[in-house]
Amino acid sequence: MAVDMNMSVLIVDDYKTMLRILRNLLKQLNFNNIEEATDGSMALDVLRSNNIGMVISDWNMEPMTGIQLLREVRGDDKLKHLPFIMITAESKSENVIAAKEAGVSNYIVKPFNAETLKSKLVSVLGEF
Amino acid sequence: MPAAKPKIKSVRKPAKKAVTKKPAASKATVSKAVKTSSSKPVKAGTIKARKAAVVVGKVMKSVQGKAAPKTSVLFAELEALAKYIQDAKKEISALSPDEVKDDFLPTASDELDAIIGATADATNVIMDSTELVEEVMAGLDGDAAQKLMTATTQIYEACGFQDITGQRITKVVSTLKSIEEKVDGLLAVFGDGANSTQKKSTKKTKTKIKKEITDEDLLNGPQSTDKAKSQAEIDALLASFD
Repeated sequence: MAVDMNMSVLIVDDYKTMLRILRNLLKQLNFNNIEEATDGSMALDVLRSNNIGMVISDWNMEPMTGIQLLREVRGDDKLKHLPFIMITAESKSENVIAAKEAGVSNYIVKPFNAETLKSKLVSVLGEF
Repeated sequence: MPAAKPKIKSVRKPAKKAVTKKPAASKATVSKAVKTSSSKPVKAGTIKARKAAVVVGKVMKSVQGKAAPKTSVLFAELEALAKYIQDAKKEISALSPDEVKDDFLPTASDELDAIIGATADATNVIMDSTELVEEVMAGLDGDAAQKLMTATTQIYEACGFQDITGQRITKVVSTLKSIEEKVDGLLAVFGDGANSTQKKSTKKTKTKIKKEITDEDLLNGPQSTDKAKSQAEIDALLASFD
């Protein structure tokens, strides 16, 4: 099935710079419909009031972290099937394991490049 | 007197044992001897008292001989400890902990915050310019557009340094705050009260043995380059679940 390039992608990060980087890189990959949030709780509000097709979230945020957001998403009947990519500087094994156990779709470690971002998007959504 | 023999014998044996091995038993032996002496008051009593004196004397000598050096060692250790504490107080005082707490640490934190701000500003300027290049690029075709696309992508990737740097600096600021609390604790213990706030450190020592990994434990921030897991290692770990 072809990937809907018009889907809304929610990017979540407490660093505005990173939001901007992600937005620009996603635009270069032809994802033009992008929503932003700066922590987990704000992201949940956006998710519950918009038709979001995928979440790309940082881990280390306050007050609600990325892993907490992931658990909330997976515990919500309406959101639990959303593709969820964690993109974080937290690179310890226990982080990856915890994210996987919480139901993460894929995991990108910072610093990352556009090629890695694309390959993870393809692995989650399919070729585009 | 055949009847007296067993009594004297029974007193002598425990007394010998008491001297050599069990001083505590000597009390029972003496007590027993006093009771026994009722049948032979003078003779038996004299012998047993002499024996008891020998036992007590030997025990006292033994105790004095052994305890005295230990006591002096203990005194010496306590004296050294007291001197160590005094020296530590002098050294801490010479470091001007109040100055460290009130000036150096806050200044260091402010400087680091300023670095975060400056790098964020610079990164935003770089991205403003890059986005402008992208706008121009939209009107181009062919090889030139592709080259500009590659260049702008690389600029965006490189701008990620601000996020990582910011996280690292935030970690250092957090460490400085922790040091500040410890300096507070030192002032409370060693400070003279005149130049210290005497605030008690509220931060509890974290136990190193953790039974369960909490969400808090998982907030480690960026790893140093030599320790950080590569994307390939992350991928392998994820794949191990499939």
